[in-house]
Amino acid sequence: MQLSTIAWITLVIPLIAAALILLVTRANKPLAAGLAILSVLIAFIGSWFIFWHGVNADYLGFDWINLGKTFSIPFSLLIDPLSRTMFVVVTTVALLVFIYSIGYMRDEEGYSRYFAGLALFLFSMLGIVLANNLVMMYIFWELVGVSSYILIGHFYTKDSAADAAKQAFIVNRVGDFGFLLGILLFWISTGTFLISPLNSSAGLFVEHPGLLALACVLIFCGTVGKSSQFPLHVWLPNSMEGPTPVSSLLHAATMVAAGVFLLARIFPILSTSPQACEIVAWIGAISATGAGFIAIQQDDIKRILAYSTISQLGYMVAAAGLAVSAALPMFHLFTHAFFKCLLFLTAGSVIVGMHHEQNIWKMGGLMKKMPFTFLAYCCGMLALSGCPFFSGHYSKDLIMACSWEHHRAIFWVLVIGAALTPFYMTRQALVVFFGKPRSEHSEKAHESPWVMVVPMLLLAVPAVCAGYPVVKNFFFKDIGSLAEPEIPPYVDQVFLAAFLLGILGAFAIYRNVAKDPLRIPFFAQRFYLDDLYDWIVRVIQGGFARICSFVDRWFIDGILVRGSATLVWSIGFALRFLQLGNIQAYAFFFGAGVIGLIYLILNVR
Amino acid sequence: MLLASYWFFSTLTIAFGATAILLRNPVSCAMSLAVCFISLAALFISLDATLIGIMQILVYAGAVMVLFLFIIMLLDLRMEKSRRLNFGATLGGGLVIAAFLSMLTKVILSDPEFAKPLPPLAASAPDNVRMIGMTLFHSYALPFEAIGVLLLSATVGVIVLSRRTLR
Amino acid sequence: MPTLANYLLASGILFAIGLGGVMLRRSIIIIFMGLEIMLNAANLSLVAFSRYGLVDGHQIFDAQVLVFFIITVAAAEVAVGLAIIVSLYRARQTTHVEDIDTLKF
Repeated sequence: MQLSTIAWITLVIPLIAAALILLVTRANKPLAAGLAILSVLIAFIGSWFIFWHGVNADYLGFDWINLGKTFSIPFSLLIDPLSRTMFVVVTTVALLVFIYSIGYMRDEEGYSRYFAGLALFLFSMLGIVLANNLVMMYIFWELVGVSSYILIGHFYTKDSAADAAKQAFIVNRVGDFGFLLGILLFWISTGTFLISPLNSSAGLFVEHPGLLALACVLIFCGTVGKSSQFPLHVWLPNSMEGPTPVSSLLHAATMVAAGVFLLARIFPILSTSPQACEIVAWIGAISATGAGFIAIQQDDIKRILAYSTISQLGYMVAAAGLAVSAALPMFHLFTHAFFKCLLFLTAGSVIVGMHHEQNIWKMGGLMKKMPFTFLAYCCGMLALSGCPFFSGHYSKDLIMACSWEHHRAIFWVLVIGAALTPFYMTRQALVVFFGKPRSEHSEKAHESPWVMVVPMLLLAVPAVCAGYPVVKNFFFKDIGSLAEPEIPPYVDQVFLAAFLLGILGAFAIYRNVAKDPLRIPFFAQRFYLDDLYDWIVRVIQGGFARICSFVDRWFIDGILVRGSATLVWSIGFALRFLQLGNIQAYAFFFGAGVIGLIYLILNVR
Repeated sequence: MLLASYWFFSTLTIAFGATAILLRNPVSCAMSLAVCFISLAALFISLDATLIGIMQILVYAGAVMVLFLFIIMLLDLRMEKSRRLNFGATLGGGLVIAAFLSMLTKVILSDPEFAKPLPPLAASAPDNVRMIGMTLFHSYALPFEAIGVLLLSATVGVIVLSRRTLR
Repeated sequence: MPTLANYLLASGILFAIGLGGVMLRRSIIIIFMGLEIMLNAANLSLVAFSRYGLVDGHQIFDAQVLVFFIITVAAAEVAVGLAIIVSLYRARQTTHVEDIDTLKF
C-alpha cells in the first residue's frame, strides 16, 4: 500500500469516526467508544508504520485552489522527520487517553458527544501535523480550536464551562489574526504558501530584515495564542473546566504543543531573523517564569498543572527563540507530552477517587489509598521537575545549556523557573498525597479502575525513558542537532542546585500543614492579569460598543434609514394634495400640461 | 361666393357653439349645439367634402343630438342652479384658453403657407363619394373593420352599463 | 377668397370654446357637449387641410377618411359616455360635477 494512501487514511478515519459516532450512537456507549478507539488505533498503527519506513514525501494530495503560480493552495501532506515524530507522539498519547476516557467518563453525560469531539480533535491535530502548506495548517488550526471549544464546553450546562470554552476560542482567535497576517505577509514576499519553499526563501529577505522579522513575529502570534504564552495565556487555566482527559490530551500534550510545532516547522526561516528570535525567546522566558510564580499559589489540582503547562511551553518557545536547531524545542515537547499527559491523568484519577473534588486543601494522605496513581504521579512529577535520570531532566537541561551558551539573560530567567517547578510540584505532592486526610472525601478515596490505571502506568514508561540518548537519537537525529554545547561544569551544578532548592523549600514549608501557610495575593490572583483583561473588555471594548450602538441607533437608523423613509413619505404627503377628486381640476391640469408642452415644442429649439 | 359662405357659416358655428356652453337650460344648449353642427356641415360642403358634410348631419345632428336630448329628458334635468363661482378655477381656465388662443394665432399667422388662396380642383376630379370609398377600402380596410368591432363593443358596453342592478 | 388661415382660425376658436366648456361648466351634460365641440373643431381643420393641400389636383382623401373615423368614434363615445352618466345619476342623483369627489385624498 502506498505511503500517501496510508497517510490519508490515518488522517481521514478519525473524521469519519466522529461523523458516525454523532449520527449512529446516541445511547450506545460501547459503540461510541469502540468507534473512537478503532479510529485512533488505525491512526496509531499508520503513524508507526510511516515512522518505521522513514521515507520523506512532499505533496501527497490534490490541488484545492489553483489560480496559477501566484496563488495555489494544495490540500496535501508533508512527511518529513519532524512530522513523522510528531505524528507518532500525537497518536500514541491519544490512544492512551482515549482508553483512559472510557473509565473517566463512565458516569458522565454526553458520552457519545465526548468521543465524537475527541475523534474530531484527532483529525484536526493530525491535519496540523501533516499539513504541507500554511493555509491548510491554518484551517486545521482553527478546527483544533473548534474541537477544543466543543470539548471544554462539554458540560455546557455549567456557566463556567461555557464561558471558559468561549474564552478559549476567542483568545485563540486573537492570536490567529496575527497568524493569518503573517501567512499573507509571507505570501506577498515569497509568492508561496508551501512550507518547504518558504523555509528556503531566506535569500529573498536579505535586504528586508524588518519585513522578515515582522512576518515571523506575526506567525509567532499564532503560537502565543495556541500555546498559551504571555499575554494570551488566560484561557488555558480556565480550559480546565473540561473533562480531565481532554485537559491531558489537548491542553497538555498535543494541541498547545501545536504552537511549538509551528515554530519548529518554520524554524529555518525563523532562525535567520535575530529580532524575531529575540522576541520569541523573551516571551517564552517570561511565560516560563511568570507561570511558575502563579502556580505556587494555586489551590485547584488542575490549575497548578495548567500553569505548569504554560511554564513548560514557555521553555519550548524560549528554546525555539535561541535559534539553535528545530530539534531543541521538539525534544522538550516530546518529553513534556508524556509526563504532562501522565500528570493530568493522575490528577483525573485523584479527582474521580475524590468524587470530583478538585481543591488540594481538601485532599491528603492519598498515597496509601491510591498507590498506582501515586506511583505514576511520582514518575511524572520527577520528570517535570528535572530530576536526573528522568526524561524531563535531559530536555530541560539541554535547553538551559543552550541558553547559557547563546543568551545569558534568558538563562538566568529560566533558572528561576527551574527552581519554581519542583517547588510547586512538591507542594502539590505533599498536600495531595502525604499527610493526613483533610476531608471526608479523601478518607473514603479509592483506587481507580484498571481501564484508567493501565494507560497511566503505560505512560509512566516514556515519562522516565523518553529523554535517554538512545531514544533521543532514534527520534530526533534527522530533525536537527541535539548536541550538548560546551559549558563549564558549575552550570550543571546550578541546575542541580535549583532542583534541590525547590524540593527542599517545599518540604520545609508544606510538610504536614492543614492549610496554606504562604499567602501571596499577587501570585494567587495570577498577577491580576485576568482582572486587567476583564477591565479592558468591559471598559474599553464595552465603551466602544456603546459608541457604536449610539451611532447605529441615531445616525444609521435614525437619520439614514428612517430619515430617508420620512423624506419619501413627506414628498408623497405633499403630492397627495393634487388628488382633488374634481374632474374639472384634472381637466385643467391636463389642458395646462398640453399647452405647456406645445409651448416648449414651439419655442425651445 | 365662397368667402361669403365662409363668413356666414363660421360665424354661425362659433356663435351657437358659444351659446351651447353658456346657456343655463340644458335643452337650449342641446338645440344650439344642433344648429352648430348643421352650420359646420354647411362649411364642409362648401369645401367640397360632400360625403363628410352629409355624414355630419346624419350622425351628429341626427343621432348624437337626439341621444343627448333623450338623456336630458330621461334624467329630467332642470335649469342649472347657479352656485357660487370658484374664482381660482375660472381664472385658471381662462388663462389656459387665452394661452392656447395666443399660441394658435401666432403659429397660424406666422406661416406664409397658410395664406395661399383656394387652389382649384382638377377638372376631371371624380366625385367625392367614390374617391373616399376607394381610399377607405383600398388603404384603410383594416381600420374600417376595427371601427366595426369598436361599434360592437360600444353597443355591448352600453347595454351592460344601463342595467339596473348587478345581479 | 378665404385662405387656409381663416379656416384654421375658425377651428381654433371653436376648439377654445369647447375647452372652455369642459373646464368651466359644472353640469356633466354640458361638459360632454364641450367635448363634442372640440372633436368637431378638429374635423373642421382636417377638412380644410384636405381641400387646401391638393395633390395633382385631387384632395387629400386620407384626411377625409380620418374625419369619417373620428365621427364614428365620437358617436360610439357619446353612446357609452351617456350610459355612464345615466348610471352615475342613478347612483348619486346629481349631475353636478363638484358633488362627485370620492377620489379626493
